[in-house]
Amino acid sequence: MSEEIVLNIENLHVYYGAIHAIKGISVNVPKGKIITLIGANGAGKTTTLSTITGLVKAKSGKIVYNGIDITNKPAHTVNRMGIALVPEGRRIFPELTVYENLMMGAFNRKDKEGIKQDLEWVFELFPRLKERLSQLGGTLSGGEQQMLAISRALMSRPKLLMMDEPSLGLAPILVEEVFEVIKKINEEGTTILLVEQNAFGALNISHYGYVLETGKIVLEGPSQELLNDETVKKAYLGIG
Amino acid sequence: MGISSGSFFLQNLFNAIMLGGLYALIAVGYTMVYGILRLINFAHGDIMMMGVYFAFYAATILSLSSIPAAIVAVLGAAGLGFLIDRIAYKPLRNAPRISALITAIAMSFFLESFAVVVFGAVPKSFLSVFKDRSILNKVLTVGGAKIPLLTFLVIILTAAIFAVLFWIVYRTKIGMAMRAISMDIPTTSLMGINVDMVIGFTFALGSALAAASGIMWAMRYPNVFPYMGFMPGLKAFIAAVVGGIGSIPGAIVGGLVLGAVEIFAVSYFPDLSGYRDAFSFIILIAILLIKPSGILGKKAIEKV
Ligand SMILES: Nc1ncnc2c1ncn2[C@@H]1O[C@H](COP(=O)(O)OP(=O)(O)OP(=O)(O)O)[C@@H](O)[C@H]1O
Ligand SMILES: [Mg+2]
Repeated sequence: MSEEIVLNIENLHVYYGAIHAIKGISVNVPKGKIITLIGANGAGKTTTLSTITGLVKAKSGKIVYNGIDITNKPAHTVNRMGIALVPEGRRIFPELTVYENLMMGAFNRKDKEGIKQDLEWVFELFPRLKERLSQLGGTLSGGEQQMLAISRALMSRPKLLMMDEPSLGLAPILVEEVFEVIKKINEEGTTILLVEQNAFGALNISHYGYVLETGKIVLEGPSQELLNDETVKKAYLGIG
Repeated sequence: MGISSGSFFLQNLFNAIMLGGLYALIAVGYTMVYGILRLINFAHGDIMMMGVYFAFYAATILSLSSIPAAIVAVLGAAGLGFLIDRIAYKPLRNAPRISALITAIAMSFFLESFAVVVFGAVPKSFLSVFKDRSILNKVLTVGGAKIPLLTFLVIILTAAIFAVLFWIVYRTKIGMAMRAISMDIPTTSLMGINVDMVIGFTFALGSALAAASGIMWAMRYPNVFPYMGFMPGLKAFIAAVVGGIGSIPGAIVGGLVLGAVEIFAVSYFPDLSGYRDAFSFIILIAILLIKPSGILGKKAIEKV
């Protein structure tokens, strides 16, 4: 059975000066799925996402999106092709209002009706945002900023949504809520590449997972299998 | 009219607002570029000078009448600002900040030398652009003070330009992108925004305002020469720092403070008129001692 591949990373190498941060990884993201990339601090998760978006340049290897080579394309071009990122640390525009932050996500869209619909959609996902539309982004709580960062990415109506540790720094109850929302977004048709340190949460909602260690993929497989894998249990789930 | 009379005060007040507004128009260009790139565009005063020359030649060589000549010049300056960013600053975006700063100083010298060589060092008279000055020289009497119509015109025009600027920055999408870039460039590009285009637009906008200021300046002081951008540029830069560099309202406040101090000090202490230009520096030093971030400036946030 051949499934449609949205994103295909092949033998990617990334350097920061002399630091070899990504050492030849290959990743496939099939359409309609949640794919997760787990790994410890400094494994290279953020670097991988940054390279896909074009903010960091690849040394060698290939990133193909819907059949088009996007390796080292500028970030704004990559976004316009339908890839949105919920960045590490949220990166809300602190002095823009919540509404303006959302509109930044929809910056290149011309379909006023569609934008309105998507606003309603994100308010459904995160009702708290609706009450804070005119508040400055920087005055939101950490959890609210994360909701805004996810919503902002959704406002571009991406074909591929990438998220960099969306559960980081959230209270346990909110972590659960965020994972539920990610699942819901996926069920409504968006393909997702999820980067997490919270391996349990990520593997629980995803279809397939990759384990990244110091720039290399050391393990991959269907998420359910990884959840039961002894090494994963030991190293990332804190059991066994 | 005595020095302590109300009408004397009023007359000076109008002059102060006019001069302050002209400084503010230039200061905005410094502050917008600094807000986005943390770069002091030392060539900014020279772009004002180029704008005045553009108006001069549009009126003389192209024999346009005054208003079309001014519009052509403002658009020409906008294009020049965009071009300077593309050629001189854009290649240095990821270089150490000092490189861009040195380039800005070099660009200033270049524009001045260019003007000397191409336009000539001999001052030209801007009177040829606005031939029909009889209306502008008309004097209105307000509260006993005699104010030339030109002063009113400049103040109203300046206010209108600022209204348009605020509309662009706070009410349009490109303005929102400008503000976003001043907070976080990589994240702005993740929103699908071509950051270099927006930066280019910012340079164009600031240059257009500087040219508008220069043209109004030349209507008041009709001497056009290659170094005419230096002093107003320097004072506008001081105005931007005094008001709080990076803040557009700050540029306006700073400009008005500088204009007021300069006009009132010279009028009420005529003996000091020789030190006219020194007042700006005294204010600069004072503000750097009292509130280094400027009147409306936030605490300096160092960008990483
Ligand atoms: N801008 C940079 N300059 C130099 N080295 C960097 C830079 N960014 C990341 N690195 C290095 O690259 C490696 C991978 O970093 P990366 O941020 O991708 O890890 P990560 O998996 O996202 O970690 P975390 O879970 O802590 O966010 C690390 O060794 C890091 O020190
Ligand atoms: Mg990371």
